[in-house]
Amino acid sequence: MSAEKKRDFQIVNHSVPRRDGPAKVTGKAVYVSDVKLPAMAYAKVLRSPYAHAKIVSIDSAKAAARPGVYAVLTSNDLTGLNLYYGHAVKDHPLIAVDKVRYAGEPVAAVVAQDERTAFEALEFIDVKYDELKAVLTPKEALDKGAALLHERTFEAGALRGFEGEVAAGRGSNICQESHLKWGDVEAAFARAAAVVEGEYYFPMAYAYAMEPYVAIAEVSDNGVTIYSSAQHPFMVRHDLTTVFKLPVSQIRLIVPFVGGGYGSKSYTKIEPLVAACAWKAQRPVKLQLSVEEAMLTTRSDDALTWMRTAVDAHGKIIARQARIYMNTGAYAENSPLVCEKATNRTVGPYSIPNVQIDTYSVYTNTVPASSYRGFGCAQVTMAGESQIDELATKIGKDPYEFRLANVAKPGEEFFPKMRPFDGTLKQDLEIAAKALDWQQTPPKGHGKSIGCSTSDAGAYPLTSTVIRVHADSSVSILTGSTELGQGSHTVIPQIVAEELGVPFEKVRVVASDTAITPYDRSTGASRTTTLMGRAVLEASREAIEQMVRMAAELLKIKTDAIEVVRGGVRCGEARLTWSEIISRYYGLPDGEVIGRAYIRKAGDFSKPPVFWETACTGVEISVDEETGLIRVEKLATVGDVGLAINPALAEGQDIGAATMGMGVGLFEELVYEGPQLVNGSILDYRVPRFSDMPRQVEMHLVENQDGVGPYGAKGGGEASLNSMPSNIANALYNATGVRIRRVPLTPEKVWRALKERQ
Amino acid sequence: MKLSFLLNGRPTEVDCEAQETLAEVLRARLDLTGTKVSCEVQVCGACTVLVDGLPVSACTLLAYEVRDRSVLTVEGLARPDGSLHPIQQAFIDEFAFQCGFCTPGMIMATKALLDDNPKPTDDEIIHFMDGNICRCTGYVPIVRAIKRAAAQIQQEKGK
Ligand code: FES
Ligand code: FES
Repeated sequence: MSAEKKRDFQIVNHSVPRRDGPAKVTGKAVYVSDVKLPAMAYAKVLRSPYAHAKIVSIDSAKAAARPGVYAVLTSNDLTGLNLYYGHAVKDHPLIAVDKVRYAGEPVAAVVAQDERTAFEALEFIDVKYDELKAVLTPKEALDKGAALLHERTFEAGALRGFEGEVAAGRGSNICQESHLKWGDVEAAFARAAAVVEGEYYFPMAYAYAMEPYVAIAEVSDNGVTIYSSAQHPFMVRHDLTTVFKLPVSQIRLIVPFVGGGYGSKSYTKIEPLVAACAWKAQRPVKLQLSVEEAMLTTRSDDALTWMRTAVDAHGKIIARQARIYMNTGAYAENSPLVCEKATNRTVGPYSIPNVQIDTYSVYTNTVPASSYRGFGCAQVTMAGESQIDELATKIGKDPYEFRLANVAKPGEEFFPKMRPFDGTLKQDLEIAAKALDWQQTPPKGHGKSIGCSTSDAGAYPLTSTVIRVHADSSVSILTGSTELGQGSHTVIPQIVAEELGVPFEKVRVVASDTAITPYDRSTGASRTTTLMGRAVLEASREAIEQMVRMAAELLKIKTDAIEVVRGGVRCGEARLTWSEIISRYYGLPDGEVIGRAYIRKAGDFSKPPVFWETACTGVEISVDEETGLIRVEKLATVGDVGLAINPALAEGQDIGAATMGMGVGLFEELVYEGPQLVNGSILDYRVPRFSDMPRQVEMHLVENQDGVGPYGAKGGGEASLNSMPSNIANALYNATGVRIRRVPLTPEKVWRALKERQ
Repeated sequence: MKLSFLLNGRPTEVDCEAQETLAEVLRARLDLTGTKVSCEVQVCGACTVLVDGLPVSACTLLAYEVRDRSVLTVEGLARPDGSLHPIQQAFIDEFAFQCGFCTPGMIMATKALLDDNPKPTDDEIIHFMDGNICRCTGYVPIVRAIKRAAAQIQQEKGK
């Protein structure tokens, strides 16, 4: 695919306006929070006040007897359902069974005629607990004699997303471990010219998708139908088939517009609970979480990383070793995969001959961690990119030059057995350096940093699609990719309009209804443009092939005498549009041609990863030494995207991700005091605002058409987050000579460090 | 109780209870779901509507507070002929949203800003809009959209 070089694109590679624009600016865009079904009831959840406790008894009779209450759900009365779900490890009960494992875990749910009635009934449920000792950090959880969170053993889920085993359920609190090794690390460190070693911390972060989790379920003779804000409806469907013991065809997930995800809405969340409520109450039920409840549902894994990196006398990196402890909270969710990915992502984007990475993902009595934009990459890049700067400083090199000398080269197999590197990091870094006037010394109190990352992205390549070319040349695309805001419902029709040569306005997207749209594994890991993009491209071509054969039959000529032109075919003087071909073929001005495509782990996609998601970011910060306050004054993003199907959307993803990364670098952190989350509300959890926005922003895209996606595209959208926290730490060092290895760099932390320096 | 007020220019009467917020009444009773609710504690701005021209958080304002007053929501912004308001168009042109969940609130806050200050500087925009959170865009395109809308409105006035 990459052989096909940049051509005169009509629709692709243009910043066409978003398809969902008019709906979103008029308030007409429908999110699940806006959906109301006839006779719908509302659920509210009672949550555990304890981090770790046995449930001695639950008495819900009083609550159930209240006027307007239809049902109270506890684990006592769900016989007939499989209560445990999880695509990686089936460790997660849809409602607490026998014990609770974190403060905030759902213990019971009330279904009532309206939310207020349901809410008021919660306090009439009497739960008796027997408190157990809680473990809150990986260190505590791995201590000898530590309380065990999960007593059962688990089988690894078939859809866990990696090949290795799952560690959970082997009698310890280890949820997953992942080990990577090549070369001879010990020997390399022994002969190194310089080594830097340190411990780094990336905090628990809350993605804060502004639309909190919400789902509506309806259970009937036809099975279970769920409207959900899920990023991966097909993965959720899979979990529900096990909960309800129903065939795939009887579980239907419908995902309308989603109000932000950033990884936090991947995989199953509240869907089994709301479906059980609907099943019990025998009517449609809506469960709308508040932001506070969303914060008790999913967070990012925090990571404590010990790392050392070595160079030889020529300034070439010769070894890296890391031991990473990730705090995965009470349930596995997607953390086993995050653990695997974090391990892989500790190496790149550098070409290092001796590597040893050992990562442990550990259960604790805290909110379950799962996917978060960047999937482990942000956590380990914070350590890795800090250390690169430290090492450069130690050997007296400019960190930018040091990176240039060590990054993986295009086509290099820098990671054994994986796809050779498909980005151009040197070029990316040069662009970032230029944007920041790298050679120019910043004013006093300012500091600069450039960082980069690459991730083995794209998740498992399993995607299918159907495109229907109608008799008037308009087109419907059936796609399982959800529109989270990333713009997939604009990019996908751009590709189809380009291939078929029909106007963009005539291509419609029908999306994310598992009863209608063909299987797409997930919308995440920046995979949609690459995999779904490639699928709709191939489906368009398959439709074209069929229409060429139809035209040959109609014109009574051989297919090879036919030339495909924009919007139809030509043979000598004769021209037929798609519309004419279809109408003449069927003998009526109606009917359609159906193009299909199946993408699987074969051909271009046989070697993982689907692509290396690569980006650079650069910052210039100012530091107020009196208060410790850091401001990002200047930001540059460089997305190595192969080809931007829609440049404005690609840039929008980069700046959005970089801003999120800036948030973690400066102030975002979920804080536990003992077993309780103490800043579990948007009043207390600080996210970037308008006033935090860097005043100077440059966004760049590098388009070398080196991806396996359509026209050489690769995914983007996560990578610009990864190098931002370390950038801020490195820029602080550049400005003040103070090194902080734990983000976020809050004013207090910075102020203290500056004071200690004096 | 019965609540009467002017909603998007039309006299409106609706039944509601004393403890209901304006956001609840708009969304659940009047099916105007354009107004979004996120934080519910007046820090994100997703629920911003205009009451007598001033921006308020509908998530915390009790509905009865708007009796006999005039409320403008995102649904009431388009021109009578159905065409988009210049602010709405500018948000599309500048790619000033992704998921769109903050957008109705952003647009209403922008309306309040530009009604009061038709040619805001960057600093004035940032200061005024600081109560509206967007998690997707990094704000840069929103500032651009606000400036574009301001210019467009000025141009239309000049005609
Ligand atoms: S929902 Fe009203 S301010 Fe956030
Ligand atoms: S567009 Fe998603 S929060 Fe602003």
